[in-house]
Amino acid sequence: MTTEITTDVVVIGAGPCGLFAAFELGLLDIKCHFIDILDRAGGQCAELYPEKPIYDIPGFPVVTGQQLTDNLMAQIAPFSPEFHFSRMVNSIEKQEDGSFKLTTDADEVFNTKVVVIAAGGGSFQPKRPPVADIEQFENKSVFYAVRKMEDFRGQDVVIVGGGDSALDWTLALESVARTITLVHRRDAFKAAPASVNKMKELVAEGKVNFQLGQIAKLEGENGQLNHVHLATDAGDLSIPATRLLPFFGLTMKLGPVADWGLELNDNTIVVDTEKFQTSVPGIFAIGDINWYPGKLKLILSGFHESALMAQAAKAVISPGERVVFQYTTSSTKLQKKLGVA
Amino acid sequence: MKITVTDQAGEVHELEGLEGWRVMEVIRDWGLNIKAECGGACACATCHVYVDPEWLDAVGAANDDEDDMLDTVGDVKSNSRLSCQILCSDDLDGLKLTLAPSAAKD
Ligand SMILES: Cc1cc2nc3c(=O)[nH]c(=O)nc-3n(C[C@H](O)[C@H](O)[C@H](O)COP(=O)(O)OP(=O)(O)OC[C@H]3O[C@@H](n4cnc5c(N)ncnc54)[C@H](O)[C@@H]3O)c2cc1C
Ligand code: FES
Repeated sequence: MTTEITTDVVVIGAGPCGLFAAFELGLLDIKCHFIDILDRAGGQCAELYPEKPIYDIPGFPVVTGQQLTDNLMAQIAPFSPEFHFSRMVNSIEKQEDGSFKLTTDADEVFNTKVVVIAAGGGSFQPKRPPVADIEQFENKSVFYAVRKMEDFRGQDVVIVGGGDSALDWTLALESVARTITLVHRRDAFKAAPASVNKMKELVAEGKVNFQLGQIAKLEGENGQLNHVHLATDAGDLSIPATRLLPFFGLTMKLGPVADWGLELNDNTIVVDTEKFQTSVPGIFAIGDINWYPGKLKLILSGFHESALMAQAAKAVISPGERVVFQYTTSSTKLQKKLGVA
Repeated sequence: MKITVTDQAGEVHELEGLEGWRVMEVIRDWGLNIKAECGGACACATCHVYVDPEWLDAVGAANDDEDDMLDTVGDVKSNSRLSCQILCSDDLDGLKLTLAPSAAKD
């Protein structure tokens, strides 16, 4: 069943720039809905470098990607933005009354006056192992995530990877699958030590097979896998497999952004530098996804762009309303909105 | 210094390396097919290369962080390295490497 949500602003992408936009919009009494393909906020900061220090955020001599995300979430909390995670925005259509209709891959429709694209380097998607013809097996017998454990009941499951996802699903599916084989290129794992120990216990009990190697070839018909071939030190090894779960992490792909009819410049969206509006009035683009002469892909730039975008978005949402410029330090009105006065 | 890079299509390119630059940056600046999504932070593995066997000793082994990142690509070989973790220096003048399929842009 399609869910419909009507709002003033939808922000596509809950990376640092999108998050700060919710603050600037909130000061102007505008509420946002966020949509992100990831299952949590933070974009690149949370996905690619949660523990790495950032040194060029004003006022923070050093802050990690995760800390910055947590701080931004705390800063926007007074404005209660709503988050819709684990869904991809597929399309944006302009309506006759000037508003927009957004659809997601989770069968939702958002009716909104303004769209803010804060899609960064694009949507995060699973890394596909470089194996011939893997596409024909995808979503039939090769999956990059487990949605329902039942789909794996009684199956010969092969899981590839050495990180937390690979280990967690090996442990979770062990009791459901007919056979389970964990494949990793080396005998060292970047996963929680408790999971690694548990996996080793299951291997010792003969409940999980562990195989050193890499997937080399898939064998099957009409998308239904029956064997996975591994390249191992001892040569080619074929193992029975009806389900394959490769867990190689995520990579950014521009994805549907390219099809939204906006003027592009080398995979980025062209905007003006007054409003950060795209070639379609009412659709704004901030952060890494936008382009203008002199653009720097820095978090700092995205913050600045958010402030100017918010003023312009206000004019679209409440035409004719005068916006008085105020400082958060001295305006009791703003402080009330933030819950500090 | 010079670096010889064979791309995923088998084409050989001779690139001028700059002392102190990362090999990834040189390859990217020359417009070859390398994604290098994280810009050299050892956080993406999309700058994966195979170092020519005769250069393996000069380049040295991957450290633990790099090895962990190499787990996220499916085409690792014994001569795999992340090119953002190799610094250009006179010792590496003439370095030969091949771009891995997993380093390709979309
Ligand atoms: C390793 C590393 C180190 C860095 N260090 C620094 C630094 O020191 N200083 C600095 O200023 N910058 C640094 N950066 C760059 C910085 O992370 C980016 O500039 C910043 O993340 C851009 O923020 P953003 O909000 O524009 O986009 P992103 O962080 O890329 O977030 C975009 C979000 O949009 C989502 N999305 C995209 N398309 C869709 C769609 N169609 N549907 C649903 N969701 C979608 C994505 O899943 C993602 O979560 C670094 C980057 C990396 C990788
Ligand atoms: S560029 Fe990301 S790991 Fe080298």
